[in-house]
Amino acid sequence: MRRDWDSFSFHLAIGIVAVLALVLLVAPTAIVIIVSFTSGFSLRFPPPGYSLRWYGELWDAWQLHFAAMNSLKVAAAATGLSILLGTAAGLGIARSQRASAKMLDSLFMSPLVLPALAFGLSALMFFSALGMPVSPLTLIIGHTVVCVPYVVRNTVAALSQLDPTLLECSASLGADKVYTFRRITLPLIRPGILAGGFIAFMSSFDNVPVSLFLRDAATDMLPIRSSAIRWCACPMWCATRWRRCRSSTRRCSNAPQASGRTRSTPSAASPCR
Amino acid sequence: MPGGHRRASSAFLVPGPIAMATTATPKAPTAYDLKLALPLGAFLAVFFVAPLAVLFLLSLQSDPKGTSYGLSQYGNFLGDAFSLGVLGSTLLLGVKVTALSFLLGYPVAFAYTRVGARLKSLIILIVLLPLLTSVVVRTFAWIVILGRQGIINSALLSMGLISTPLKLLYTESGLVVALAQVQMPLMVLPLITAIGRIDPNLTDASAALGSGAWRTFFKVTLPLSLPGIIAGSLLTYAAAITAFITQSLVGGGQMLFMPMYLYQQASTLQNWPFAAAISIIFLVAVLAVVTLFNLLGRLSRGVASA
Repeated sequence: MRRDWDSFSFHLAIGIVAVLALVLLVAPTAIVIIVSFTSGFSLRFPPPGYSLRWYGELWDAWQLHFAAMNSLKVAAAATGLSILLGTAAGLGIARSQRASAKMLDSLFMSPLVLPALAFGLSALMFFSALGMPVSPLTLIIGHTVVCVPYVVRNTVAALSQLDPTLLECSASLGADKVYTFRRITLPLIRPGILAGGFIAFMSSFDNVPVSLFLRDAATDMLPIRSSAIRWCACPMWCATRWRRCRSSTRRCSNAPQASGRTRSTPSAASPCR
Repeated sequence: MPGGHRRASSAFLVPGPIAMATTATPKAPTAYDLKLALPLGAFLAVFFVAPLAVLFLLSLQSDPKGTSYGLSQYGNFLGDAFSLGVLGSTLLLGVKVTALSFLLGYPVAFAYTRVGARLKSLIILIVLLPLLTSVVVRTFAWIVILGRQGIINSALLSMGLISTPLKLLYTESGLVVALAQVQMPLMVLPLITAIGRIDPNLTDASAALGSGAWRTFFKVTLPLSLPGIIAGSLLTYAAAITAFITQSLVGGGQMLFMPMYLYQQASTLQNWPFAAAISIIFLVAVLAVVTLFNLLGRLSRGVASA
């Protein structure tokens, strides 16, 4: 009897906390989706009515389109570069036991752990010391640095699941290294590389800290644009209240852009809400 | 095949310590040349290590003009109670967020290893969902939830539990919950790997020897999953203290944390040497935490395999 209660209470406790955590994980995304269909001006939940009006507004918001295009282009370029460099590096270090491989592995992983904002600042200083003005190129380089660890990690993981016997078979049947790589290794590790590339793309598309420092005035990025709107108390991302706040957005994020490097200051000190 | 090989289980986002432990195979004849790693090594040396070196040099400037060099910026930071307070509250914030993510995330990972295939894929979808949506969107949702007219306040008001809206947004508790949600996947994924790797015979043996479910959990499952706990905590902690967007949007202006402090000094005040010194101090703090976790990880693997 005591035994049953013990087991029951344990599974009940685990179950309750797990369900609570899962609800917590889903709720924000679900709420954003629902609120984006609101017909009202405020962010009430549940919304007073439902409409597609904010998606219509979004359709007209050229600044956001521009920012989204920039984000897409930079993310695509950074992902391509990450896959190229990261897959090669993953292949190089995956099966090596040398101390240098371990050191390289720590180097490749460090952009993941170190604060991206500090890296953004240092990259800006580095490029300005070199006399390179911030441009889409510097942005792509910066994004590649913070995204490449995902590709390396996933390539290494995929390679560790690859049965080396297959490669030996291929070699003993007379295939050279390049042929084996093309026909055996690459097809088998491709899902891992693509998974890494996907995460790299998402994290580049979503990156704020590096973009804050490395973009130029002409290269507006979507996450920054959408958060700048929020910084002016204009919750926009899910297509809400955009038009009405346009003037305040302009005041708070375009004015600094016009004056060059001091970009949209996230005036957290005065979130006018 | 000398030595054979070991398979790593799903190593999605599993950080160094765990993944490396599973890839420890003796040098196979099929090993690729280490030279393949050189392009990325060179790329990171130029665009990651060199900028950090520039940052360090800049932090040694005594004034923004760079007329003299010294450790005065570090002195300014370490001698200033306000700056030290910002550092302390940032590190403490990470501890709180990590603890909450662990308390909520562990049961999810545990449940994942005990349910059927269909529920498994549902759980993994829910866990990955935050990773697939923008951090700005996730943060924004928390503003809808916690705001004065947010979901929690309107629910409490309509139930008559409170008469005036509670202040939830721009408070530290609100921020901790929001950050825990935003970073929880980083905790849950390594935990799933670690718990899934525990030999089920061990828990069966514990039950057969008369331990109840709670005792088995605390004496067998929890200690054996320690490597996953440490790996997940490391990722969650590092992500939580550097989460610039969530910290400034949900935290608001009253609470200042290191990333925002750094950004204010660099961007608004244009005090680059001081911002550089803040970055270096922040980097060192994060590095110290990472080293500590890695050390714990090495110890815990000894415990887990014993």
